Amino acid sequence: MSDRELTFAEAIREALAEEMRRDARVFIIGEDVAEAGTPFKVLSGLVEEFGKDRVIDTPISEPGFSGIGVGAAMTGMRPVVDIMFGDFLGLVMDQVANQAAKVHYMSGGKLSVPMVFRTTMGATRRSAAQHSQSLHAWVSHIPGLKVAIPSTPYDAKGLMKTAIRDNNPVVFFEDKMMYKLKGVVPSDDYTIPFGVADVKRAGNDITLVATSSMVQVALGAADLLAKTGISAEVIDPRTTLPLDKPTLIESAKKTSRAIVIDEGYEQYGVTAEIASVIADGAFYYLDAPVKRMGAMNVPVPFSPVLEDVTVPTEQTVFEMAKMLCRKA
Amino acid sequence: MTEHIDLEQSLHMYQQMAKIRAFEEKVNELYKSAKMPGLAHLYSGEEAVAVGVCEALHRDDYITSTHRGHGHCLAKGARVDRMFAELLGKEAGYCRGKGGSMHIADPDSGNLGANAIVGGSMGIATGAAMSAKMRGSNQVAVCFFGDGALGQGLFYEVANMAALWKLPVIYVCENNLYGEYTHHTETAAGEFIARAKAFGIHTEIVDGQDVHTVYAVMQKLVARARRGEGPAFLQCDTYRYYGHHVGDINRAYYRAKEEEAAWRAHRDPLTILGHWLISNSLTDQAVLDRIDADVNAEVETGVAFALDAPFPDVREVNEDVYA
Repeated sequence: MSDRELTFAEAIREALAEEMRRDARVFIIGEDVAEAGTPFKVLSGLVEEFGKDRVIDTPISEPGFSGIGVGAAMTGMRPVVDIMFGDFLGLVMDQVANQAAKVHYMSGGKLSVPMVFRTTMGATRRSAAQHSQSLHAWVSHIPGLKVAIPSTPYDAKGLMKTAIRDNNPVVFFEDKMMYKLKGVVPSDDYTIPFGVADVKRAGNDITLVATSSMVQVALGAADLLAKTGISAEVIDPRTTLPLDKPTLIESAKKTSRAIVIDEGYEQYGVTAEIASVIADGAFYYLDAPVKRMGAMNVPVPFSPVLEDVTVPTEQTVFEMAKMLCRKA
Repeated sequence: MTEHIDLEQSLHMYQQMAKIRAFEEKVNELYKSAKMPGLAHLYSGEEAVAVGVCEALHRDDYITSTHRGHGHCLAKGARVDRMFAELLGKEAGYCRGKGGSMHIADPDSGNLGANAIVGGSMGIATGAAMSAKMRGSNQVAVCFFGDGALGQGLFYEVANMAALWKLPVIYVCENNLYGEYTHHTETAAGEFIARAKAFGIHTEIVDGQDVHTVYAVMQKLVARARRGEGPAFLQCDTYRYYGHHVGDINRAYYRAKEEEAAWRAHRDPLTILGHWLISNSLTDQAVLDRIDADVNAEVETGVAFALDAPFPDVREVNEDVYA
């Protein structure tokens, strides 16, 4: 049982189903979440078990059903709001950033908003500029929110269960290119705490901090680096808010070099924040500047030849790491 | 017997309106004497709406309020002293000084909070109604908003869902004629209620200066919401005596002094109710004067409490970011 494999999508679905069985206050609301199970079929089968009162199809009204989620969360329910594409955060930012994130603070701690905004990220699906962005930096900027960004089926299940049980609004990013990624997922009830990074591969020469789909890219780069005699450590923060700063800093102190790899736009992005944390905390231990590799600062293009160069790849990470490790 | 209950309730509504009026006049004084940080949006003139609506609600029914929200909070059951404390940024305030005038929340009285984003709470109120329906609690939710908020798209999304799902939510549109500094005829095409009717939502228009009318219609809307008959839209025609906020003094460029004077002289909700009570020989001026004196005393005591109350410890600044 312990080596049972699930896809990333199945892991998410299992987490939701387990939490809905455990807690009658949990419900799902969003566009085509019921019989359709979302365009990615992540939720297939849930409406059959939990019914249409708990897996609620909505009109195409993201701000509206997000706001309804906030109000339901404030009054005793624990909604999981489905924002089909991360790009649609542009539609719902008032409800996310001005309402959900601020209610607890503004009310002096008397009201709380225990809810999850599930959404997607990730390019290279040939979906062009409005269905391909990775906008987790937007919400990671806002106090009052928590942001989870899992990279494996195991982490996805454990983090989703933590998100649902958390008493704060959590934005949960699923890379749509990873839905079919398989991995070991225990069938038992486990959670993964927020703010605890995971060392995906131990190493000594360079630290590769990577998030979501970039973890697979970093692991691939680490394989290539190993062949050239460079030992890379791959660390996944798993949540960008809260951020496990000590683990990132300690790894950089140990290896003396670091690259931060993330699929959000590089400018003002998650890579900038994490690189700054490492530069600040490990400065006297570093042998090279902390490098950042994010998505190119362009709207995501459609043509495959254009799109593919906008995101870091195993090869580009490998090249950057090799360059950093080159003895001067 | 019926008359007796009507009298008692009428006097209670008079008292609630008088309390709101006295509270807001004091807020204006605090602002003018530079004792209050920031700004406030006064509810004076609109008292019959909040009081008529909230009188028809139970304590555990929900409301969401607006930037012009002091009247809603008081009508739903908030205390004067803790309201003032919040306006002054004090620890004893409803939000421990973290919310201020535009964010007063008091879950104990069903108040899910005032909202400084115009129309921002329409989702919250509708979600609270959905939650009440899911939990089978028989609560209703009231969403207060102004005519200006009809310009926000959120309303059309949540009203659609409230109608589809027959949610127990009542959208109370306080039509005080102006959104900030602009008359509604410049910002809202067509009729207000036509917007709700388009979704098949039950609509009513009432004289928002007559608390009896507001209360009577609201009772009907609350009853049908509790029966599971779905949402309603109540347009209350009213008027704000002051400007958009306390600092909006010179208003002649957007509304005439004569218009303001006419509303105060002929359409004042306290005067209308007082006149009704006296002309029907239900009470006399002395009783009303005593109520006025009582609420003024409550306001004086409340503001003195708030002025003396300590500020929050500065170390509290990063408390309550997360639950």
